[in-house]
Amino acid sequence: MELLKVSGVNKAFGGLKALNDVNLTVNEGTVHAIIGPNGAGKSTLLNCFVGRLIPDTGTVMFADKSLIGLKAHQINQAGVSRVFQTPEIFGELSLLQNVMIPTMAKRDGEFALHAFKRLDKDAEIIDTALHSLEDVGLADKKDVIANSLSRGDKRRLELAMCLVQSPRLLLLDEPTAGMSRADTNNTIDLLKRIGEDHNITKVVIEHDMHVVFSLATTVSVLAQGTVICEGKPQDIKGDPRVQEAYLGGAHL
Amino acid sequence: MQSKITPTRDYIFFVVFAAAVLTMPIWLAPFGAGYPDLLQKFMIYGLFATGFNLLFGLTGYLSFGHAAFLGVGSYTAVWTFKLLGMNPIPAALMAITASGVFALLIGYVSLRRSGIYFSILTLAFAQMSYNLAYSVLTPITNGETGLRVLQSDPRILDSSAGSGGPLLANLFGIELTGYAGFYFCAAVLIIGFYIAMRIFRSPFGIMLRAVKTNQNRMNYTGLNPRPYTLAAFVISGMYAGLAGALMCITDPLAGAERMQWTASGEVVLMTILGGAGTLLGPILGAALIKYFENIFSAFNDQTLHEIFGFLPDFLETPIVGLTSLFVGEGWHLTLGVLFMLIVIFLPGGIMEGFSRIIRLFRRDESKSAAQTAPAE
Repeated sequence: MELLKVSGVNKAFGGLKALNDVNLTVNEGTVHAIIGPNGAGKSTLLNCFVGRLIPDTGTVMFADKSLIGLKAHQINQAGVSRVFQTPEIFGELSLLQNVMIPTMAKRDGEFALHAFKRLDKDAEIIDTALHSLEDVGLADKKDVIANSLSRGDKRRLELAMCLVQSPRLLLLDEPTAGMSRADTNNTIDLLKRIGEDHNITKVVIEHDMHVVFSLATTVSVLAQGTVICEGKPQDIKGDPRVQEAYLGGAHL
Repeated sequence: MQSKITPTRDYIFFVVFAAAVLTMPIWLAPFGAGYPDLLQKFMIYGLFATGFNLLFGLTGYLSFGHAAFLGVGSYTAVWTFKLLGMNPIPAALMAITASGVFALLIGYVSLRRSGIYFSILTLAFAQMSYNLAYSVLTPITNGETGLRVLQSDPRILDSSAGSGGPLLANLFGIELTGYAGFYFCAAVLIIGFYIAMRIFRSPFGIMLRAVKTNQNRMNYTGLNPRPYTLAAFVISGMYAGLAGALMCITDPLAGAERMQWTASGEVVLMTILGGAGTLLGPILGAALIKYFENIFSAFNDQTLHEIFGFLPDFLETPIVGLTSLFVGEGWHLTLGVLFMLIVIFLPGGIMEGFSRIIRLFRRDESKSAAQTAPAE
């Protein structure tokens, strides 16, 4: 079943055409990688999914509902979560509080004036949040202030914050950027395990081919704002157009 | 690591706080602060700062126009006295409502921006309110003279209307001046503190902290930061309005100077001095500033000469000359120096100072514990 369907999306910044008639379909239950050289428009495309950018033309449909014109928080409430390239977390709060906030957002909606309830008596929220921290292996640090975590742990925390909402679609923007090989492998294992447990459809933007080939079930290659090629990872590997985009396009 | 906050601890904390406030006339007497006028100020400004802290301490939005709500609360309270009678309870309720509505309007516009632009917008609104109160709105505010209750006012709920009694706030027969006024204000502060504590510990409170920490993540978590900040702004405006009403309950007179930017700045100083984002800090800051204002502004050259009288004349005169700049009318200079010292050396305010001292003791304890531990 089609979960996310992007058709005919164009986006220009002044004279620069960042996206040129992009068509993309993400099926439910798949891990869809979007790869491409620098400046290909990967991040622009992702920002069009989450309401940060509005495409000049074209449609973005999520579960048969248009996402165009919706605000970031409305898109999240519809079931789309996002992991950022540099982890976006609530740095001054404890890990448990960090995960409780998305849990409450999922349960109570975009605004709820619960000014007289005690947060530490809300067993439902605490249990869900703790369970999510256990999933990513951070439960023993639940009272630590998030800013003091290592970068890898911050990313795991951000992942826990997204997963606790059990989204239908999880967008990952270079989840292993700047990580060591060992950390990268840990993240791949974590993402794989999470995929099995929760059956969440994922869209991954990635540079690292190792990550792409370990995770993705489908790959779309983006170059100069257009999808030039789409298919299974092993098919993409040998495609001459992809090699052209990655190597031929650069002026060496 | 934070120390664990449990409902029981909060309950004990609250009871200790309430007891400390109510016994203030006794334990503050040795410091020369045990008289009702000053104690009333501690309560009123403590409430004002507590409300301000709900906005600034939790969401990080620095309002430079909170005195506007103080003024609106004051005018509403005096008008309620004039129309309904000298009972303080309707006056307080009306003041909370009016300042809440006013805060909703100003907050709706100002919260479209954040950071310095938000501060400037609130400052502009407060100065506008101040100037309006002085000029165009004179029929309502009585301009420069200030608004007061007159014998000829209707006061429809007062049974004693027309009998010519003194025009003081009157809670079912108790005139709210002196210690009665203090205990009334103390009761209101304790209620206000309790509500603030509940907000700090609530899901709403954690959302406000989320606003301060990372609005981007909040958006991508499916939360809309705008209504949260607006709600915090309105609640904090209501606290300010109530504080304004208390000023009129203890002394039924409202003037436009209450809305001036200096008054808005003062509450910012109080909150930062005590410790923004802590429950007790703003109240401590408010009390400290009002206490020092009281002491230093009472000094004059005469008292300074008495203090430095032991010095030889050639030293006494320049020292008195120098220190006199910092007292009396110039006591704001002292406040400025104090504020600079706090912000540079204790950015978290007095409360940070306390927690540093506690940590010092804890470290000593854990050291001695570590020395005995190897037995295991």
